[in-house]
Amino acid sequence: MNDVLTAADIFMLLVAVTGGAAAISVVISRNVVHAALFLVVTLLSVAGTFLMLGAEFLAWTQVLVYVGAVIVLILFGLMLTRAPIGPMAQHNENGHLAFGVSTLLFLFLCLVIFRAFGDVRLDLQYTGAAALGEVIYVEWAFPFMALGFMLTVALIGAIILARREEGEGPVTDLADEIPARDSRDVTASPGAISAGARAPGARAAGGGSAPREVQQ
Amino acid sequence: MQATYPLVFAALLFCVGIYGVLSRRNAVLVLMSVEMMLAAVTINLVAFGEIARGADAVLTGQVFALFVIAVGAAEVGVGLAIILLLYRNRASVNIDEADLMKY
Repeated sequence: MNDVLTAADIFMLLVAVTGGAAAISVVISRNVVHAALFLVVTLLSVAGTFLMLGAEFLAWTQVLVYVGAVIVLILFGLMLTRAPIGPMAQHNENGHLAFGVSTLLFLFLCLVIFRAFGDVRLDLQYTGAAALGEVIYVEWAFPFMALGFMLTVALIGAIILARREEGEGPVTDLADEIPARDSRDVTASPGAISAGARAPGARAAGGGSAPREVQQ
Repeated sequence: MQATYPLVFAALLFCVGIYGVLSRRNAVLVLMSVEMMLAAVTINLVAFGEIARGADAVLTGQVFALFVIAVGAAEVGVGLAIILLLYRNRASVNIDEADLMKY
């Protein structure tokens, strides 16, 4: 193993330390929105790692897809499920077991990596988007189309899962869920509008203000 | 560049993701941990493509990593739909409480 630190080594170490610290912050942060923002840093450092490995197209795909779209989706999910935004207990009682399992696995993986690849050096080789595109559209054309089909199916499935059942009316999620606190009154009153009457009923069964109390 | 840096970084991301999946309560945070594990897998695919160092291996690793990114995006979409449904039916996204099919 040679101990020469090149500029690439130093940059990669910086990226890895930043990404690792942000990743640990994601899982121990007590504020869910902070966790999502730490995830941005982690995914950006993954993109930086791709750049260091010469995979330019993948790096920008990572930035576009994950930092651009997935984080927005996750924040949207956090807002829409009215996750308690603020510090509170976010971990269950498995914490020590989970810590033991992940630490042991990490040590084992490090041992394997250093024994097998401890003296391997990578000379950076730039792989442009042109070469990758040629391979995708020639050799991997059919799997690529299957991937597009899978994305379509996943999106349709997500819409079908998340949309309201028939008879619940054209009430948007937000307008429907804001008055959830007094939903008992809505369902109890005889003149209850049919639109949205079912969803608050189901929610009232779980307790009107359950999501805030449960997670504290 | 040492080949161990990206590999150890990927192992760290994967293990932190395992910790998050096992110990977090909020389902959205569990989904974020799964995303981290997927990111670790993509790093490994690209890195081992570089280590194998054939003309084919580099590009094949990157194509597989691209596929994993696309699958991860699809997974987030479906996962969030399921979480919204869970929230609508149970008024909570605490996955410890989603035990209707446990017994």
